[in-house]
Amino acid sequence: MKYFFLFLFLIIFSAFSFSQLEVCNTCSIKSIKQAIKIADTGATILVKKGIYIEDSIIIKKPLTLKGIGKPVIDGKKKGYVIEVNSENVTIDGFVIKNVGVSYTKDYAAVHLYKSNNFKLLNNRLETVFFGFLIEKSDGGIVKNNIVSSNAQHEYNSGNGIHLWHCDSVEINGNECFGLRDGIYFEFVTNTLIHKNTSHNNLRYGLHFMFSNNNEYHHNHFQKNGAGVAVMFSKFLKMHHNIFENNWGNAAYGLLLKEIYDAELRNNEFRNNTTAIKAEGSTRVNYSNNNFVENGWAVKITGACYENKFTLNNFVNNSFNLSYNSKINDNSFNSNYWSDYSGYDLDRNGVGDIPFRPVKLFNYVVNQTPESIVLMRSLFIDIINFSEKVSPVFTPDEVKDNTPLMKKNPFQLKLN
Amino acid sequence: MLKIFKYSFFDLIRGKWSLIYFGFFFISSMSLLYISGDVAKVIISLMNIILLLNPLIATIFGVMYFYNSREFSELLLAQPIKRRDIFLGQYLGLSVSLSISFILGLLIPFAIFGIFSTNQVTNAVTLLFVGTILTLIFSAIAFYIALRNENKIKGFGTAIFLWLFFAVIYDGIFLLLLMTFNEYPLEKFALVSMIFNPIDLSRILILLNLDISALMGYTGAVFNQFFGNMLGISISIFVLLIWIVTPIFFFLRSLKKKDF
Repeated sequence: MKYFFLFLFLIIFSAFSFSQLEVCNTCSIKSIKQAIKIADTGATILVKKGIYIEDSIIIKKPLTLKGIGKPVIDGKKKGYVIEVNSENVTIDGFVIKNVGVSYTKDYAAVHLYKSNNFKLLNNRLETVFFGFLIEKSDGGIVKNNIVSSNAQHEYNSGNGIHLWHCDSVEINGNECFGLRDGIYFEFVTNTLIHKNTSHNNLRYGLHFMFSNNNEYHHNHFQKNGAGVAVMFSKFLKMHHNIFENNWGNAAYGLLLKEIYDAELRNNEFRNNTTAIKAEGSTRVNYSNNNFVENGWAVKITGACYENKFTLNNFVNNSFNLSYNSKINDNSFNSNYWSDYSGYDLDRNGVGDIPFRPVKLFNYVVNQTPESIVLMRSLFIDIINFSEKVSPVFTPDEVKDNTPLMKKNPFQLKLN
Repeated sequence: MLKIFKYSFFDLIRGKWSLIYFGFFFISSMSLLYISGDVAKVIISLMNIILLLNPLIATIFGVMYFYNSREFSELLLAQPIKRRDIFLGQYLGLSVSLSISFILGLLIPFAIFGIFSTNQVTNAVTLLFVGTILTLIFSAIAFYIALRNENKIKGFGTAIFLWLFFAVIYDGIFLLLLMTFNEYPLEKFALVSMIFNPIDLSRILILLNLDISALMGYTGAVFNQFFGNMLGISISIFVLLIWIVTPIFFFLRSLKKKDF
């Protein structure tokens, strides 16, 4: 609704200003910079198809830049391409490429600073350092953009969509790849992130810190160097996301560090080395998630309290759960475990004997990682069995008292 | 040699034991595939069965066959045939007939359920390969043990112990060493130790495809790097071949000195 009024406001505003400029290679105005200079406040600048070699395009008044037929703005690796410092700016339908690389400045294809109510739509950003760098700007939308680069090293590459100190932004339907971090937030609140794809990034597909009250759904993160990392945030909601194929010794489908009061439901974790690693995360509800064919489905390290795991499916993971301490304050109830070998005599769909997801071998691998080569050997099966009968090394109270006999029939569909 | 091989091969393959052996693999893989729709899970179960049973059956059968065909061997020894040819022929007859029962027992259900058109085809082939190699290795070891021990009880005992050693005890000792010296970098040690046990080596070859996600973590990456590339795989296969050749070599050496 808010956006609708904004939109109406923009239409009325631009209608009153009576200004619409055209930029093309054969028009009287040949450069975007020139058009911005002479445009009235609130004007619409239509940029026709063509290649514009420009950098440091500075916008200091409300404007709408609209590309027709995907005009290309080539920054020639000099620095920022577009810099915005005004409210109500729209950039729609451009191809922006070749952003400068710097070790001291965060050069970006589009840099917004204190620019509320922005709209960044349908752009394609190629070989960027930073893609969209949005600072101290509230109430905007970043939609249907494709941001890509060819990052080789973490030290000289930037992030795709980078938000810093923002509030109430919508990030929708973007694709980020070949960058350092696909989507990066710091101090961002009340923001909705949905239907984005972030893949093949050097570090994280999604990375945020100190960002409370955000909602993430229907996103797809895959093949990122270190998966997805979320840290130091409260009240976050993540649902219907897919995390897959994040491989490596420091790669996590989802890394939770110092997360409080979060809700994770209906997500799918597939083929990750570690699907979820939780560290110092408290009051997180995990429900209806699918953990399929991961190395470790859930790794819980220190200081995780009052987390609840309910109605999740743990299917064919090499290890279901790993715990590094004997203290347990988390609950596991009514999950489906494909390793469960109990019975259901009263046929109510719930296994009659509890399932212990932490195996002795898990403990052994934590102590001596090299022993992973013994996985699935007969000897390991024997010691796992004896531990199962009488737990000595594994936390006794970590168990699912009501394991499901059949898979929770929840299917994840994006869109 | 070929004649003796032919003779013992046809003798064995027509016997009830190879039929039972075939039937066991056929029924277990059929029922596993039938009950569980998940092929990856079936492969894991079959892997456990194969790594346990193939060496055991090959060991017991090898020892048993050697002792049982003693009279026949003595008869042949009286003929102008080389000792080497007689016993190699018998060894090949036994191991090939066991392997064929095993391969058919797995291959037919796989074909019926169309596994070769799924993405599990590499795993299925690795499984067949590893099972066959283990049969060859352990029947060679069994022949050697049976030759060295006139006493049947002692021969059986030694053979079973050897199987137990490779299947269970070895891993136990290995784990104990790892835990004792876990302050030290142990990746290389772990790699080398795995090579000295054919069962472990076979297990890792299968695991590389199945548990790749877990193996990518921590030091697992080292193993993945080694076993995952062509060089590592060639080395593993080469080592497995050495595991076949070595007991046969020792077998032939003590065969020369043996006083029948």
